[in-house]
Amino acid sequence: MRRSSLAEFGLPIELVEPHAPVVLFDKVCLAFDDKVILRNVTFDVRAGHTKIFLGASGAGKSTILKLMLGLLKPDSGTIWVLGHRVDTMDEQQLMGVRHHMGMVFQEGALFDSFSVGENVGYKLYEETTLPLDEVRSRVEEVLGFVGLGEHIDKQPSELSGGQRRRVAIARAMAAKPGLLLYDEPTTGLDPITSLTIDAEIVKLRDIESVTSVLVTHQLRDAFYIATHAAERHAGGDIEISPAVQSKIEQADFVMLRDAEIMFEGSAEELRRSQDSYLRAFLS
Amino acid sequence: MSQSIADKAIEAVKAGLLEVQDYVRLSGQTARAVFSRPFYLHDLIEQIDVIGLGSLTVVLLTGFFTGAVLALQSGMTLDQFGARPYVGRLISASMIKELGPVLTALMLAGRVGSGIAAELGSMVVTEQVSALRALGTDPVRKLVVPRVLAGFIMCPILTVIANAVGLLGGWIIAVSQLRVASSVYWQSVVDGLYPQDLWMGLIKPFFLGFVIVTIGCHVGLRTRGGTQGVGRATTSAVVAASVTVLAVNFFVTRLLMSVLF
Repeated sequence: MRRSSLAEFGLPIELVEPHAPVVLFDKVCLAFDDKVILRNVTFDVRAGHTKIFLGASGAGKSTILKLMLGLLKPDSGTIWVLGHRVDTMDEQQLMGVRHHMGMVFQEGALFDSFSVGENVGYKLYEETTLPLDEVRSRVEEVLGFVGLGEHIDKQPSELSGGQRRRVAIARAMAAKPGLLLYDEPTTGLDPITSLTIDAEIVKLRDIESVTSVLVTHQLRDAFYIATHAAERHAGGDIEISPAVQSKIEQADFVMLRDAEIMFEGSAEELRRSQDSYLRAFLS
Repeated sequence: MSQSIADKAIEAVKAGLLEVQDYVRLSGQTARAVFSRPFYLHDLIEQIDVIGLGSLTVVLLTGFFTGAVLALQSGMTLDQFGARPYVGRLISASMIKELGPVLTALMLAGRVGSGIAAELGSMVVTEQVSALRALGTDPVRKLVVPRVLAGFIMCPILTVIANAVGLLGGWIIAVSQLRVASSVYWQSVVDGLYPQDLWMGLIKPFFLGFVIVTIGCHVGLRTRGGTQGVGRATTSAVVAASVTVLAVNFFVTRLLMSVLF
C-alpha cells in the first residue's frame, strides 16, 4: 500500500491532543470461552513514558498489547490509542493507527523469506511512497542504531536469537513510530544479550522519544529499563547511565494477577510493597 | 450415551458450518480486495512463478502418461469392434472434457494447496501474520489475493498444457504401439471435439484453481498449535481441496451441460 497521509485512511492527521494519554484502557474485559483473560482493566500511558507489565505466564500481558494494536477486540470496555477509539474500528481504519505504532514480538516474528534489510524496511518499502534510496538509507541507519549494520544482507536464520530480537526492534522503529510495544523482548536470551536489548529499548525511548509499553516477566530487565536513561553526547556517542529521579518516575509498573491489575506504581513503590504475592514475585 | 453422541454430532455440525462460514467470508474478502487498492503486483508475479511454472513438470508428466495409458487401454477395447482408428477421438474427448482439468487440479491440490497451507500456517504460528498486521499490511491483500489470482490464472493454462501433452502421449502410443497412422490419429482427435467440449475444458479449471488456492489459504490462516498444527493443516488442505475439486467438477459440469448443450 502506497499511502502518503493518514487522511487516506479516513483518519485526521492530529492523532493525539497534547498531554492526553497515548494509550487509555477503560474497564476492559476479555474472555476466551469460559476463561477470563482480563477483567475491568483500566490504565493509561503518557507520552514519552514507559509502562511495564509484569505477571505470571498466562496473566494476560501479551493480550493487552494485542488489544492496543487492534489484533484482538475486547468483550467490553473502551480502548483509546493515539487519540482514537480502536476497539470499535474496522481493520482498514486500524491500519491508520498502526502506521504510528511498532511492535516487537516475543520471538521477533521476522519474515523468514526476507533478508534482514528487507525485514527492517518492509513497512517503508510496502506501505509508504518513500523513494527506494531513502528507504535503504533509513534501513542502514536503524540497523546501525541497533549495531547490526553489517548484517543487512543476511537471512534471519543466519542470526543469533539476540540479533534477531534487535532486528525486530529495528523493524519496529524504522517507520519512526510514536508508540512501541515490546512483547517479552528478552525472554529466552542470556543475561548479557538481554542487557543489549534493554539498552536498545532505553536508547529508543530517550533518543528517539518513543513511548514504550513493555511486557515481561524478567524483573532484572524491567528495573534496568525503568532506572536507566540514554544520552547522546556532542560527538554522537550514546551513553546509558542511571537515570535521575524525575526520569525514573516516568516508568510505571503494572502487575497483573487473576485477570486484574493488582498493583500499579513506580519502581520504588514496587520494591517497597509488602504484598506477599509481589514479594514472592520479586524474590 | 445417545445424548452424548447427539451432542457430539451437533458440535460437529456447528464446527462444520463455522468452517464453511469462515471460508465464504475469506472468499468474499478476497473478491473485494481484488477490485480495490492496494494491490501487491510483485507478489502476484512471484506466485504465478511458484504456482504456475513450479507445477509445470508434474503437470507435464501427469498429462503425458494419462494420454499414453488412455491410448493403450482404449486401443485394446476399440480393437474388439475394429475401431482402432477412433482412438484419437476417445482420447481428446476424455482428456479435454474431464481428465485434463480434474487431474491437473488434483496435482495442484497436492502440490500447491499443501504448500500454501504449510507456508501460511508457519507464518501464523510464528506470529509473522500478526507482524504483518502490526506493520499495517492486510494479510488477505498481501498473502491471499496474489495466490488466489495466480491459481485462478495458472490452473486453466496448466490444464491446456496437460491436455496438449496428453494428446501427444496418446499419439506416440497410437503410432508406435497401435500402428495407427499419424494423420488418422490427429483427424480423429479433431473429429471428436465440439466447441462445447473446448469451452467446458477451459471454463472448469477457473473454478478448480480458485477452490484449491482459497482452501489452502483458509486452512493455512486458521492453523493453531505450533509445528504439529502446521502438519495437520497441510494434510487437511490436501484432503479438503482434493474432495472439493471432485465435487466442484461435478456441479460445474452439470451447470455447463445445461448452459452449453
